Amino acid sequence: MCLAVPGQITRIWEADGTPMGQVNFGGVTKDVCLAYVPDIQVGEYTIVHVGFALQRLDEESALDTLEIFRQMGELDAEFGDHWGRAAEQAGMPRPDQAGGAS
Amino acid sequence: MKYLDEFQDPALAERLLDDIHATTEHPWAMMEVCGGQTHSIIRHGLDQLLPDGIELIHGPGCPVCVTPLEVIDKALEIAARPDVIFCSFGDMLRVPGSEKDLFRVKSAGGDVRVVYSPMDALTVAKENPDRQVVFFGIGFETTAPPNAMTVYQAKKLGIENFSLLVSHVRVPPAIEAIMTSPVCRVQAFLAAGHVCTVMGFSEYPPLAERFKVPIVVTGFEPLDILEGIRRTVHQLEEGRYEVENAYPRVVAPEGNPIAIEMLEDVFEVVDRSWRGIGMIPQSGWRLSERYRAYDAEVRFDVGDIDTSESAVCRSGEVLQGLIKPHECSAFGTLCTPRNPLGATMVSSEGACAAYYLYRRMQLPAQRPAQAGAPEEATPVG
Repeated sequence: MCLAVPGQITRIWEADGTPMGQVNFGGVTKDVCLAYVPDIQVGEYTIVHVGFALQRLDEESALDTLEIFRQMGELDAEFGDHWGRAAEQAGMPRPDQAGGAS
Repeated sequence: MKYLDEFQDPALAERLLDDIHATTEHPWAMMEVCGGQTHSIIRHGLDQLLPDGIELIHGPGCPVCVTPLEVIDKALEIAARPDVIFCSFGDMLRVPGSEKDLFRVKSAGGDVRVVYSPMDALTVAKENPDRQVVFFGIGFETTAPPNAMTVYQAKKLGIENFSLLVSHVRVPPAIEAIMTSPVCRVQAFLAAGHVCTVMGFSEYPPLAERFKVPIVVTGFEPLDILEGIRRTVHQLEEGRYEVENAYPRVVAPEGNPIAIEMLEDVFEVVDRSWRGIGMIPQSGWRLSERYRAYDAEVRFDVGDIDTSESAVCRSGEVLQGLIKPHECSAFGTLCTPRNPLGATMVSSEGACAAYYLYRRMQLPAQRPAQAGAPEEATPVG
């Protein structure tokens, strides 16, 4: 839950007065709120927790950590299919397919 | 040291371990606060690489696990309402309430949605102005600023159909509760790195001084954890009890001041009950007066709830480091990830889940549990 994943800022824009950025986590991209690291620039690395950049990180540390998280399956845990995993763990059918939204 | 080749930098791992072995002269018990660290330790067998006298006590830093049963039951009740879209992090889906979990509420037709970011829940609220959208705001100091931002934005943008069900907890009061427990065995702490990314570590020197325990800010990767342990062992052997930062690449002493400012605006400190542990004074946050209208507990009348916790589950003792998961008679028999009695068995940061995933083949077989046997958790503090 408290895991923060490193990624690289690839784009920055503003939404409703709040700085937002697109972050690339070793191939997976997400829109991330930059309000807590407002002066970060495109190309820099940051650690991201539940869609929020929390701190800058140097490139070497970021790439090392990403590789470790990839090996440990942490990226899938963070960005993967939660309903599918919960259904498998529970041994029950997925409840999210009929309604569409998940 | 048969696992050394699994490290990112085996030579560095060997140097750290050699130093720990060469330094350790006495037995020591240290607590890693964060469940993410517990998971990493058990998965990589780090505890098995340490000198025999060094014990890692697994701490209460699993937010999913310590969210009180009463709040889980309130979440389940709110999520089942036809006018509600209930948004949550994926970790909460299978956390057992008194009778069911969010997964079953969804199966029964409730509109439960998993979001990656709390801001996604706010987007759901904007897109569904005729429905009430509730986000389940759990977590430690790391997750509190993201959740706080949703309420700040909802107020700023006038998104009136959004509310937050808040169950936030703070690490320093938990350290105090652990150290003042009469059964405390903890002699040092590995503090949770990403909590300190937000908060810094100015709250820790008074605790280190008062309880004469080293507190070392530690990361999550195997090498980070070994470095945290190495520094802790040095302090213990030298009789020092200082706050050290073994994770400086993402932790600044002052933390993230912008995030802290947001926390102080949106939340106020309150006493909080921790599941399996009990009430810890000043250990949580609720929405401050300015944002109280966005509190889901205020918006939905879910006052009196009768909770019913498993009589067999000893997760409270696991969360306080009083027993290891396999010392619970239900571990791996009555209680498994498929049929969890406690949240520690389903959360990816729960110690029981980590032992079940990575250790159960190495552990002695459990005797079958006596259903209904009284197993009271000992409260701390």
